[in-house]
Amino acid sequence: MGTLTKKAAIVGVAESDCGIVPDKSQMELIAQATSRALNDAGLKKSDIDGLCCSGIFGLATMEVGEYLNIQPRFTDATHAGGASFEMHVQHAAAAIAAGICHTVLICYAATTYSDRKRGVFLTALNEPTSSMAQFEMPYGGWLTGSYALAAQRHMYQYGTTSEQLAEIAVATRKWASLNPLAMMRTPITIADVIHSPMICSPLHLLDCCLVTDAGGAIIVTSAERARNLRHPPAWILGCGESHSHMGISSMPDLTCTSAKISGEAAFKMAGLTAKDIDVAELYDCFTITVLLQLEDLGFCRKGEGGFFVTGQTTAPGGKFPMNTNGGGLSFTHSGMYGIFLLIEAVRQLRGTCGERQVPGARVVLCNGIGVALSSSSTVILGRD
Amino acid sequence: MVDYKKPLPAIHEETRPFWEKAKKHELWLQKCRDCGKFRFYPRSICPNCFSYNTEWSRVSGRGKIYSFTVSNRPPLQAFQKDVPYCLALVDLEEGVRMMTNIVECQWEDLKIDMPVEVVFEDVTPLISLPKFRPTPVI
Ligand SMILES: [Zn+2]
Repeated sequence: MGTLTKKAAIVGVAESDCGIVPDKSQMELIAQATSRALNDAGLKKSDIDGLCCSGIFGLATMEVGEYLNIQPRFTDATHAGGASFEMHVQHAAAAIAAGICHTVLICYAATTYSDRKRGVFLTALNEPTSSMAQFEMPYGGWLTGSYALAAQRHMYQYGTTSEQLAEIAVATRKWASLNPLAMMRTPITIADVIHSPMICSPLHLLDCCLVTDAGGAIIVTSAERARNLRHPPAWILGCGESHSHMGISSMPDLTCTSAKISGEAAFKMAGLTAKDIDVAELYDCFTITVLLQLEDLGFCRKGEGGFFVTGQTTAPGGKFPMNTNGGGLSFTHSGMYGIFLLIEAVRQLRGTCGERQVPGARVVLCNGIGVALSSSSTVILGRD
Repeated sequence: MVDYKKPLPAIHEETRPFWEKAKKHELWLQKCRDCGKFRFYPRSICPNCFSYNTEWSRVSGRGKIYSFTVSNRPPLQAFQKDVPYCLALVDLEEGVRMMTNIVECQWEDLKIDMPVEVVFEDVTPLISLPKFRPTPVI
């Protein structure tokens, strides 16, 4: 297998306005994030010759390419839900390493919070046409229910408790309280999580991510270009991707995700192990999502995620800094959160995170998860 | 039942036999004649050995709960009057897993590995949904 280690780097990152943004369209947020990411990198739009995007909307790259007036040499609209953007990093690095293009824009936005307020619903869901959907949706199957099924099964098999899941929400909120952009910054306790309304047993309201408007953009470029830009490069050291199913009823084992495959690939490519990771940015649509990734990526053994997070291990000052921007649980989540993992990872490597900076962060792992624990993608980034 | 607002399967040729048998309150699954494995959901090719050599057979309708959740929030407005409802994955005796609702059960009695059996709910003149209830203790 070939390697992409240090063939490309992330050199520009930015969010759009995040939180509740009722006056801007999805495309406006994409443009805003892109223009900010280009400024961050010290590059111009004319430098972009590759485009990756994904979204709830259909022909993502062409819509975005038209709106931003970009005609790329490399284009990729891989859609694996929230895990899409770590996949885009791997694809961009591969395209750059192959000489197909030099500089790739990866971008995304969604106005999920404001769309709900405006009464925009996914009406197409009312008559599910795919085989997968026609055997789930008539029963009231949905994403939160899917993750709840996994949580219930993990508790049954390994004795994981609601208190252990709550540890993740509490620690993540502590990080959010250090992020001026985070939507929810008031500290919470384990009791707050457990006494918040039950949404889908065993998941409480505070086990679930926010619903916000938000967008993000990152710029990936070749090793040669990356060395002469505004910030030190965030080197792509290793990547991996996989998926195991679409609907939760086809998931082979509800306690094991394809992060096992994507993580192993990324560690192997990077020549690193779990012990080498200084900061982890893990997809947190629900607390259980994080727990499964900790196990599947090898930060602890299968079934021991609950013990691993007990005692605020992942909070500021803890021995395993994780989700340092406040995550989807407390910072922002507009539906496909994976791009924000990368943005935060790059800032941690640059040392520009202010109060929430993890001292000496040199290697950061990002892991995206999409749909109903269906897809996983891992990117390991490092600094010189 | 014309005012049934919840999602209904858009039946196509691959899945039609399943829904036609369900209408008769029978649970039928596809079985591969080459590797002998049952499969769900229905599809023309065997996802195990890639054979097209397939038969349909009526199955017991017995299984056990692999996992469950009691949902207090409706995924769509149409489910509002159902909450709380139990969404579950049931492992059938034949080795396949399906999503369903558990009915005729107190939520506090729900347990993983609980034996369940199929019952059918006629939701429209065309569609009956297989659901499961705890197997009565004899
Ligand atoms: Zn077969």
